[in-house]
Amino acid sequence: MFVLVVGGGKVGYYLTRELIEAGHEVVLMEKDRGRADQIADEIGSVVIPHDGCEGKYLKEAGANRADIVAAVTGDDEDNLVICQMAKHHFDVPRTIARVNNPKNEGLFRHLGVDDIVSPTRMILGSIEQDIPVHELLHLAALGDNELEIIEAHLQEGSPAIGRAMRDLRIPEGCSLFAVIRDGVAAPLRPDTVLQEGDKVIAIGRTECEGALHEQLIGEPASVDG
Amino acid sequence: MKTVIVGCGRVGAGLADVLDRAGHEVTIIDRTTTAFDRLPSTFGGTAVRGDGTDEDVLRRAGAEGADLFLALTEGDNRNIMAAQLAVEAFGARRTIAKVNDPVRAEAYGHLGIATLCRTTLMMSAVLEGFGLADGLGPGLIEARPHAHGHEGEAGSDAPASTTAPGAPAGAAPGAREG
Repeated sequence: MFVLVVGGGKVGYYLTRELIEAGHEVVLMEKDRGRADQIADEIGSVVIPHDGCEGKYLKEAGANRADIVAAVTGDDEDNLVICQMAKHHFDVPRTIARVNNPKNEGLFRHLGVDDIVSPTRMILGSIEQDIPVHELLHLAALGDNELEIIEAHLQEGSPAIGRAMRDLRIPEGCSLFAVIRDGVAAPLRPDTVLQEGDKVIAIGRTECEGALHEQLIGEPASVDG
Repeated sequence: MKTVIVGCGRVGAGLADVLDRAGHEVTIIDRTTTAFDRLPSTFGGTAVRGDGTDEDVLRRAGAEGADLFLALTEGDNRNIMAAQLAVEAFGARRTIAKVNDPVRAEAYGHLGIATLCRTTLMMSAVLEGFGLADGLGPGLIEARPHAHGHEGEAGSDAPASTTAPGAPAGAAPGAREG
C-alpha cells in the first residue's frame, strides 16, 4: 500500500514511522524545511520538504498513484483542501482528514472526504463517559445573585421531550420563557411541545435548580456538582 | 444586496467601503481587530472579529442567505473552506474565493467554487500591458456545476492547466495531471 502523509507534526511523524514498520510505502510531506530535515535525519529519505496543498508538489510526491492520502496537519482548512485535491485532481481512492474543530466533521464528509478523525471528539467522548456535561448551563445572575438565567439542553433521556410545557411540573419561583430550536428563539407557550435538541431558557431562584434539573435533564442533579 | 467579506486586507477593506457607499448591506470579518483600521471612519457596515472558516462566526456575521460572499484572506485554503461553508451550509447565492495558486484556482472552479487568482491576473496584466504575449485570462474562474459524491465523474472534467473561463468541462483532454 502506498500512503501519502501530509503534515509532519507529531501525528504525521509517528504515523509515518508506524506505517514504514508495518511494511508500507510511505511519503511524508512537510512544508517547514527545518522540520522536514529533522524527520529525514531520523527516518530516512521519505520526506518531501514542500507544501502538500500545492498541486505541483502533490504530483511530485506521487499523489496520482497513492492508495491513501492522510492529511494530518494542525489546520482544518489545509486538511480539507489536501483531501479534495487528492480526490478530485489525482483520483486518490481513499482520503483521510484530521479534523480539529468537531463542527467541521459534517462539512468534510459532505464535501467527499472518506474518513474523518477528530481527536477533539474522541477526547470529548472519553470525558463524557465520566462526567455528565449535559448539565444546566448558567448564563447570568440577576439581582443579588438570588435569580439566575439558566439554559437546559434537552437531550435523549430528558423526561420533558414530547411533553407540552403545561404538563411539566415547574417549581414555584421559576419560569421557563423561551426555547431555542434550530438556532431560532421563540417564546414558550403552554402548548409548546418540547423536542430533543431544544434549548430551554429559564429564570429562577437558585434553589429551584434541583427540581428544574429533574424536569428538564432527567437524573437528579449531582450532589457534588 | 447582502454582502459578507472575509478578510479585511487592502482588497477586502476597499471593496467593503465601495459596496457600503453604493448602499449595500456589508459585513466584514477578520481575525484581528487592527485589520479594521483599514476601513474608513465613514464605513457604515458591520465588522466582526473571528475566524472566517468557523461556522458559528459566519452565522453570527449573517452569512445565511447572503447575496454575495467574498473570501479574500491571505490564505488560499482558508478562502476555499470559507467559500465552501458559505455555499454548503448557508446557501450563499454568489461566492468568490481568492486562490493565488493557479492549480488550486482551476481545480476549485471545477468543484463549484468561483475563484479569483491574483497570480494569473497580474501575469496577464504584465503580458498584455506591455504587449509581450497573449494574456492568461482575467484570473476569474467561474464556478462550474459539480455534484458532490460523484467521484466517478471526476475523470471526465479533469482541470486543464490554462483554460479560458467558461470553457466547457472536459474540453481539454490529456491535460490531466500524471
